[in-house]
Amino acid sequence: MSFLALENLQKSFGAVQVVKDFNMSIEKGEFVSFLGPSGCGKTTILRMIAGFETPSGGTISINGKDQSRLKTSQRNIGMVFQAYALFPNMNVFDNVAFGLKVAGTPKTQIEARVKEMLALIRLEHLADRYPYQLSGGQQQRVALARALAPKPQLLLLDEPLSALDAKIRISLREEIRQIQRQLGITTVFVTHDQEEALSISDRIVVMNAGHADQIGSPSEIYNHPATRFVASFVGTLNMIDAVVADPAAQTVRIGDQLIALRESVGNRKPSDPITLALRPEAASLSEHGDATLRGEVISASFLGSVVRTKIAVGGSTVSFDMFNSPDLRMPAPGEDINLHFSSGDLLIVRD
Amino acid sequence: MSLLTRIIGWAVLIFGLLYFFVPLGGLFEFSLRARRGVYSLDAYVRVLADPQFQATFSYSVFMALVTIVIGILIVVPTAFWVRLKMPWARPYVEFMTLLPLVIPAIVIVFGYIRLYNTSSWLPLTGSLTGTNALLAFGYTMLALPYMYRAVDTGLRTIDVATLTEAAQSLGAGWITILRRVILPNVVPAVLSGAFLTFAIVIGEFTLAALLDRPAFGPYLQRIGANKAYEPFALSVIAFGITWGCLALIQLVSRFSKMAPPRI
Repeated sequence: MSFLALENLQKSFGAVQVVKDFNMSIEKGEFVSFLGPSGCGKTTILRMIAGFETPSGGTISINGKDQSRLKTSQRNIGMVFQAYALFPNMNVFDNVAFGLKVAGTPKTQIEARVKEMLALIRLEHLADRYPYQLSGGQQQRVALARALAPKPQLLLLDEPLSALDAKIRISLREEIRQIQRQLGITTVFVTHDQEEALSISDRIVVMNAGHADQIGSPSEIYNHPATRFVASFVGTLNMIDAVVADPAAQTVRIGDQLIALRESVGNRKPSDPITLALRPEAASLSEHGDATLRGEVISASFLGSVVRTKIAVGGSTVSFDMFNSPDLRMPAPGEDINLHFSSGDLLIVRD
Repeated sequence: MSLLTRIIGWAVLIFGLLYFFVPLGGLFEFSLRARRGVYSLDAYVRVLADPQFQATFSYSVFMALVTIVIGILIVVPTAFWVRLKMPWARPYVEFMTLLPLVIPAIVIVFGYIRLYNTSSWLPLTGSLTGTNALLAFGYTMLALPYMYRAVDTGLRTIDVATLTEAAQSLGAGWITILRRVILPNVVPAVLSGAFLTFAIVIGEFTLAALLDRPAFGPYLQRIGANKAYEPFALSVIAFGITWGCLALIQLVSRFSKMAPPRI
């Protein structure tokens, strides 16, 4: 029995349907990320779980209890916003204590709980500060403590890291994950940043135009993207146009080069078009794997730890990454090179 | 910048200052001449010693405070709700709050008297408390344009929607949100609206006179019609009070600038 169940969830604003028949069940203690470009409906789903939006159809139940008749204030959820949303008139202590005070918790218990929360985010020494005296990262940690203080049954994070600068973003996301594990709290995290989603989640929901294109663990999403959208949105991926050569032998033709695939081409016939995907890090210049593509170097760019090279193969551009080393020779544009990879890395992309 | 434009600039400034301060200076100078031949504060002493001055002034101060409380109770939730849930209604609400500037007080008070007289379904003018209440409501309406604008501007400086949602997710209901989150964050704005209300109520004549309440405005008028020097002393005192209010607004808004809500 799942802890948070979303069934046939729908939401329309006027004539625009933002969420189309969304189904998902989330287990207790799970950390689930909703990943997608802006306007894909991920925030709308989060806001429906929180009770800020009313679903046009479908049900949301937490721990078996239907939430549709409950107001936000009755749902016992914790929420962290992109804009921090700390109460500017209260200091850190009072911000964290707010939910407990509203619930009528005795004063001594409030004090103990707030101290515990501030210790969790390592900001005990700033209890008397006001929000405008804190940095963005500190404010967001206080917002997290404030959301967690009343012991919510569910934690909702609405792009909590998007307003922060890169370094803080990485350290805070690790901190969020660590606190989430420590408390074992079921968490739904909304983001448009694929690296964030991959690094932090138990499961990822890739959203596209109002429905889930794929739900799976970070490695499933990254290594086996189910659709062209997922493949292109998560990580960089080479899309290679090919035609089927022999369906029985599972061979395809890229330009004039023949490659054998590991998976079946399905019911495609010879000379049907087919799109293949290859991760840039799967290919290399050194001899390995069972497949080879020959192509002309278009460009090679030095990115610090890696060198990204683009080559032209039968009308498609394929880029691949090599780790940098001091004795690495950069491929020169115009040069013909052989790209080696394992045929298992070549994925057939469904639309 | 040439010398000529500089001279013209200064001339305009000096003209403006004279335009305001010469009549005021004259007023002040005249108010000091109650004793023949020498300057004295006799007029002020007499005004301040007048029990009627004290009675009407404290009545008006009390009415001003009541008006401010009613105004806050009406305006803060309204402006909050319009901002949060009905942004499309803002132009209409703003138009309505501007009406008191267009409709003369005399029209309003005659409307009140017709609507709430002793033979009406709600005979407010039949009792002292009723009439006082009616006067306070009238004052609230006169102050509406200033109060609403001030509070609305104050709400603009905070992220009303997100703060409300944050409070809701922490279990707060509407009353708690207004009292603990919204109101404390618009205190400087509410105060500046309150001081303007105060200044309006202290000097108001029409409503108080026609509802026959012993307010400061009618008293000012009566003294003006019957005494020589005292009205001018009263005017100077009234100016002092108004300017005091304005200075307080400045002070409060400066304090609020020291602690900006960074969202």
